[in-house]
Amino acid sequence: MFRYIFRRAAWSVPTLMLVTFMVYIALRIGTNPVESYKRINPRATKEKIQEYIDINGLDPNYVKGYFTWLKNFLTGNWPRSIKGSREVWPALKDAMANTLRLGTVASVVGIFFGLITGVFAALKPGGRRDIFFTTSAFVGISVPPFISAILLQLLFAVYWQRWFGSSLFPTSGVYPAGHVGFNLFLMLKFMALPTIVVAIQIVAIYSRYMRSSLIEVLNSDYMRTARSKGISERRILFNHGMRNALIPLVTIAALDFGSIVGGLIITENIFSYPGMGLYFLKSFGEGDFPLLMPWMVVIVSSVLAFNLLADIAYAWLDPRIRLE
Amino acid sequence: MPGSTQGFDLNDKIESTYSPRQMALRRFMANKAAVVSCFILGALTLFVVLAPFTARYGVNEAVQVPPNSFLTPRAQAWLGTDDIGRDLYSRLIYGVRVSLLIGLASGLISVTLGALVGAVAGFRGGKFDDIMMRVTDLFLAFPFLVSLLVVRNVLGALTWLRPITGDMSSVRFIIFLFGIFGWMGVARIVRGQVLSLKEREFVEAARAVGASRRYIIIRHLLPNSVGPIMVALTFSIVGAIIGESTLAFFGYGPQAGDGATSLGILVGTAKGAVLTGFWWLAVFPCMALTVIALSINFIGDALRDATDPRLDRGAK
Repeated sequence: MFRYIFRRAAWSVPTLMLVTFMVYIALRIGTNPVESYKRINPRATKEKIQEYIDINGLDPNYVKGYFTWLKNFLTGNWPRSIKGSREVWPALKDAMANTLRLGTVASVVGIFFGLITGVFAALKPGGRRDIFFTTSAFVGISVPPFISAILLQLLFAVYWQRWFGSSLFPTSGVYPAGHVGFNLFLMLKFMALPTIVVAIQIVAIYSRYMRSSLIEVLNSDYMRTARSKGISERRILFNHGMRNALIPLVTIAALDFGSIVGGLIITENIFSYPGMGLYFLKSFGEGDFPLLMPWMVVIVSSVLAFNLLADIAYAWLDPRIRLE
Repeated sequence: MPGSTQGFDLNDKIESTYSPRQMALRRFMANKAAVVSCFILGALTLFVVLAPFTARYGVNEAVQVPPNSFLTPRAQAWLGTDDIGRDLYSRLIYGVRVSLLIGLASGLISVTLGALVGAVAGFRGGKFDDIMMRVTDLFLAFPFLVSLLVVRNVLGALTWLRPITGDMSSVRFIIFLFGIFGWMGVARIVRGQVLSLKEREFVEAARAVGASRRYIIIRHLLPNSVGPIMVALTFSIVGAIIGESTLAFFGYGPQAGDGATSLGILVGTAKGAVLTGFWWLAVFPCMALTVIALSINFIGDALRDATDPRLDRGAK
């Protein structure tokens, strides 16, 4: 087991290098960092431009440039943002903290309700409850997040204010303008709408997975054996059914990381929530190479880490998996 | 799916006298949601194809002389007007037309590409297959919008592609973008199908009589994967339609240069209309997009259930 984990983890280092190299090339071609620098700083001198090229590893030779960038990145010699005004790490750190908070709350809420509705639907396939839950989950998957975001904003912020005098939930930011310090209640209030938007998707996805997984388990032979031994229905469901039904879900959970982040990006933009998504869209729009690359590294490593986690969890939970 | 499990258990005996294709059709017809979706989508398509007759105003035509902006829904403009006084109802028809075109065209491109790559990868196996699937997995694990934006910019920066893809803000570019973007999901599905098909006896028989690889893929493997390919087609169509509106929502979609519009552009303007309370500008385009996405997804789901011969009726 440890050898397996070690080998998989060791492989992820060259993969990370390769993927960041591809991302580097894609960003070099796609956002044209040097031109963006000239556009944003029209009065930059030749020396300034050369300095920007050197520190960011924007050498015309992609391989050489990539390794310059890598060296600077690893030694902590991070260049400032394209305007030269912002340190990258503090901005990235804040964005990560905000997104982590939103993503965690939304995932916990979403997975919890998703599993519950999935179980309820699976208990009586074809029943009225099942049809209700599966249809809602289907609608939840089909509707892109920005639509639910727009409609929720319209209802809870704009029209609530017209009807009842004050809006129920604010529509943008983490705190009201000018607020200093920590305030849990305010924070939760500001997070409510974005959380709902992200959680809708997660509930829908997990409800479907849980349902099909549990139905498959409930129809299997060992469930019949358990039943014929006279074990109570409740124990059958929790000890035998849920346990086995959750195994495939663990992998899916880890692999769905990308789509959850994708939903977060869209949601954050609509609610002006200062997280990773807003950070990305803003720096991508400006062609801000110094801000973009560390962001990409964070995302790529998280994707790889979750993939690794999925494999390990799967091997660990299901003894039938052979590690060779 | 709701309704999919009812209605054909009694017909099991009769079913066996039909060809697989007829059986699939019967199973599809038993799914009420999918049949209704077909009708809705068909009616919608007819409606937008006949835009010159169904639309009340031109795509860029104002409803009346100013003041005409942000009119609420009324007899003169059934769904209200936008910031410069254009009829939302007519613009919605033109927009849905463009969006359906984008979905269909890029869906066809990505299915053609994906089916070929998937079939070859699944059939040949080995290194090509390994690398292909690794790349696909990684790409699909990435946040959708990030890879979409990066690929979009890279495609736009390759000047030698310009004659094929057109300008970055054109509808043609969007079609190519989603065509190139969407093949990976298709390739995965087709590969899975081919992997199981190539072990069957009829493929072995074809190989035994000396059929070439290309012949086997074109004559045996692809026709037998029509079911999954159709399912993949519906998913890439809906993916392209939603993707286009997502891109446009963030300002990276096709530009309304010569007055052309799309669902994405309409939904994108809705973003600004929400906080000022012009609800019709947000609600109607969102509703249109939702109805289209739902109908296509229902059809795709029913197709998957109908064409899968190992269908476990309890589980779906």
